[in-house]
Amino acid sequence: MTHTPLVIELTILVLAIFLGFEVISKVPTMLHTPLMSGTNFIHGIVIVGAIVVLGFADDGVTKTIGFVAMVLATANVVGGWFVTDRMLEMFKRRPEPKKGDGK
Amino acid sequence: MISDPDVLGLLYLVSIVCFVLALRFLSSPKHARRGNWLGGVGMIVAIATTLAVDGISNWALIVVAAAIGSVVGLVGARKVKMTAMPQMVALFNGVGGGAAALVALAEFHEHDGVLAWDEGLSISLSALIGSISFAGSLVAFAKLQELVSGRPIVFAGQNVVNVVVLGGAAALGVAIVAGLEAQWAIVAVILLALVFGVMFVLPIGGADMPVVISLLNAFTGLAASATGFVLDSTVLIVAGMLVGASGTLLTLLMAKAMNRSIANVLFGAFGQVQAGAGQARVDDGRTVRATSADDVAVQLSFARKVVVVPGYGMAVAQAQHDVRQLADVLEEKGVEVKYAIHPVAGRMPGHMNVLLAEANVPYTQLFEMDEINPEFPQTDVALVIGANDVTNPAARSDPGSPIYGMPILDVDKAASTVVMKRSMNPGFAGIDNDLYLDPKTTMLFGDAKESVLKLITAVKSA
Repeated sequence: MTHTPLVIELTILVLAIFLGFEVISKVPTMLHTPLMSGTNFIHGIVIVGAIVVLGFADDGVTKTIGFVAMVLATANVVGGWFVTDRMLEMFKRRPEPKKGDGK
Repeated sequence: MISDPDVLGLLYLVSIVCFVLALRFLSSPKHARRGNWLGGVGMIVAIATTLAVDGISNWALIVVAAAIGSVVGLVGARKVKMTAMPQMVALFNGVGGGAAALVALAEFHEHDGVLAWDEGLSISLSALIGSISFAGSLVAFAKLQELVSGRPIVFAGQNVVNVVVLGGAAALGVAIVAGLEAQWAIVAVILLALVFGVMFVLPIGGADMPVVISLLNAFTGLAASATGFVLDSTVLIVAGMLVGASGTLLTLLMAKAMNRSIANVLFGAFGQVQAGAGQARVDDGRTVRATSADDVAVQLSFARKVVVVPGYGMAVAQAQHDVRQLADVLEEKGVEVKYAIHPVAGRMPGHMNVLLAEANVPYTQLFEMDEINPEFPQTDVALVIGANDVTNPAARSDPGSPIYGMPILDVDKAASTVVMKRSMNPGFAGIDNDLYLDPKTTMLFGDAKESVLKLITAVKSA
């Protein structure tokens, strides 16, 4: 992978903090649970790290560690995304046509 | 296979943009789902790009690991009940944190511990925070799943032990930064951090779990971000930090909603205090008045405005669908029905909204505390279903109460209040509720689901 100077990386980090606070503070309370599971999904990005470790592993120890990391990260990504999608699907503006609960 | 760093960088930039937009779209339920799809696209781009990096091998292992992880994640996501969402989030926090710590461990091993100071620092941080998040999340999961008691677990000298364990891990981390190359050092950092993770969540009571989950969410984000420094990956740095910011913000919001400092939540062992505070209660001769479903039905049918205050008790009884049906029947009779949602209702931020959305309650009927509180004086009936501490007037009036100062829903200002409750047992925080002795309050005892079903029948015939 490329080598980015530390100062540049720190700059990116700090900007990301501000961006994060800015964007997250616009999320309404109502959607805080989907926000948590959505960000849960996003930290699954650590899968990139797991792929790099496992993909470049050449001894048994690294392969084992990378394999476990890969399993955990994939579960994080896949589970996080589907659970968020399931939740967001439920947020609707109007109730569905009522089924037999009238008179 | 891609070897041009600029191409890789640009592709990762695409996923960063997708992640930011995914969060941006969460600002309204209208396009929130589309946002999540965008996030998914971002993730696929990031994964595909990484797989295309020149020199990646071990394909069989990658595919098998990804298959196992996908099945586990998919089954978990499909099967989980909405009431169990906090556990699920805790679990995914944990696996993310664990993965970050393992990546750090593998990188240390790959370099045989020979690291520049900044590499040593990011590896130590990633290992430390990731492991705390992993162990802490598993304990939070166990508590929420009621595999271990939700009550705070404390012992003498706990804080001292915690400081020693964390201090030990941090000292080793500093040694690694300073150039310690021994493998055992990073392993020890991870083990100590795991112990600390367990010790740090154990003493926190179940009622404080919303704060803890948010905090662990932030931790995992930070661990991922630190991993980004290890691997020189901007997408990891940015995405991890976005999560870190989100978790931090939610932690602050939750603590504020309970009017407690973060330090108090983490180290105060809530629920321990109530023994002292409870004694101050004076028996002033007021008694609890029980009522029947028929009486409540009449009250509701002839009301102009009813505010439903749902709590976790409603979710446990799986009564949210029936509550919506009750609201529908009332609306047919011309009664205005609104729902009042306390910020800490449920077991995680925004949990109650999800539970009600699952029951097809339109989100336009849900009102946050600040919006609904001014409306209680014009409300005929406040219907409290399985909520307790968030309605306790002691939070306003009794400085001795452990929840004193916590903003509450002013249900006692409504013309009348009906509390549906299983028994007179105090709530999760273990505090008596003065509301139940209020002369305007009547109690409808029983299982929330059964009571609501009885109410529906009674209202229909009223």
